[in-house]
Amino acid sequence: METWLFYLLGGIALVAAVSVVWQRRVIYSALSLILCLGALAGIYLLLEAPFIAAVQIIVYAGAIMVLFLLVIMMLDPFSRETPVDRRRYLRYLAWILGATALLLLVPLLRFYDPARAMQNPLQPAGSIASVAHFAEKLFNDYLLPFEVTSVLILVAIIGAVVLAKRQT
Amino acid sequence: MSIVHCLILSALLFTIGTIGVIVKKNVIAIFLCIELMLNAANLSFVAFSRYLNQVDGQIFVFFVMVVAAAEAAVGLAITIALYRNRKTLSVDDADIMKW
Repeated sequence: METWLFYLLGGIALVAAVSVVWQRRVIYSALSLILCLGALAGIYLLLEAPFIAAVQIIVYAGAIMVLFLLVIMMLDPFSRETPVDRRRYLRYLAWILGATALLLLVPLLRFYDPARAMQNPLQPAGSIASVAHFAEKLFNDYLLPFEVTSVLILVAIIGAVVLAKRQT
Repeated sequence: MSIVHCLILSALLFTIGTIGVIVKKNVIAIFLCIELMLNAANLSFVAFSRYLNQVDGQIFVFFVMVVAAAEAAVGLAITIALYRNRKTLSVDDADIMKW
């Protein structure tokens, strides 16, 4: 049951990811990416990471993608694809690089033996599924990185305002 | 469902994102493909967190999301500045710092 749900959600994520690259209009790419993020949130739930799944939906699919959609809707009507592709060879290069990356995956795929994979499922999650455990770890062992991220966010806010506001 | 399933899905998503970054011409489309690659890495983190039964992987995912949010904000601001100055969103036309 869990495995079939994984195949369903993984298939949705893969199709949506291909659609992100395939669509010619950016707005459809962004909507496909939201679908992909939703499917990944389902997979996080299957992996018993409920907090990450919730953050994925709320912050990623909610806040970040809405920011993307806002900018796309602001700029997209003027951003038609360039009719003449001056660097056609890049497209073939991309396929070659993609095929190479897939070849690099072959050692990983060799491990993929469906029968054995079924026999060796993930152990039932212990304490990692609880948000309380997550918070305890985050605010004890990772307190300094957590505080540093607030500085990062502040710098990003200031940078975004300065960059977007400049009138030249 | 084993960790191998998740790692293969993660690797495929990362490959698709890489191809998109190379193929796409629009700045925002390239950003979307980068987000896809970040999410592929996140899936690996969560899978290993579950496999090793340690919560650290989930915390890394949390930090990756924070960095992704900051990167999206600054990147989109740069995109707006680019459009305002050059009237284009194509990476082929924004090559002033290339050579």
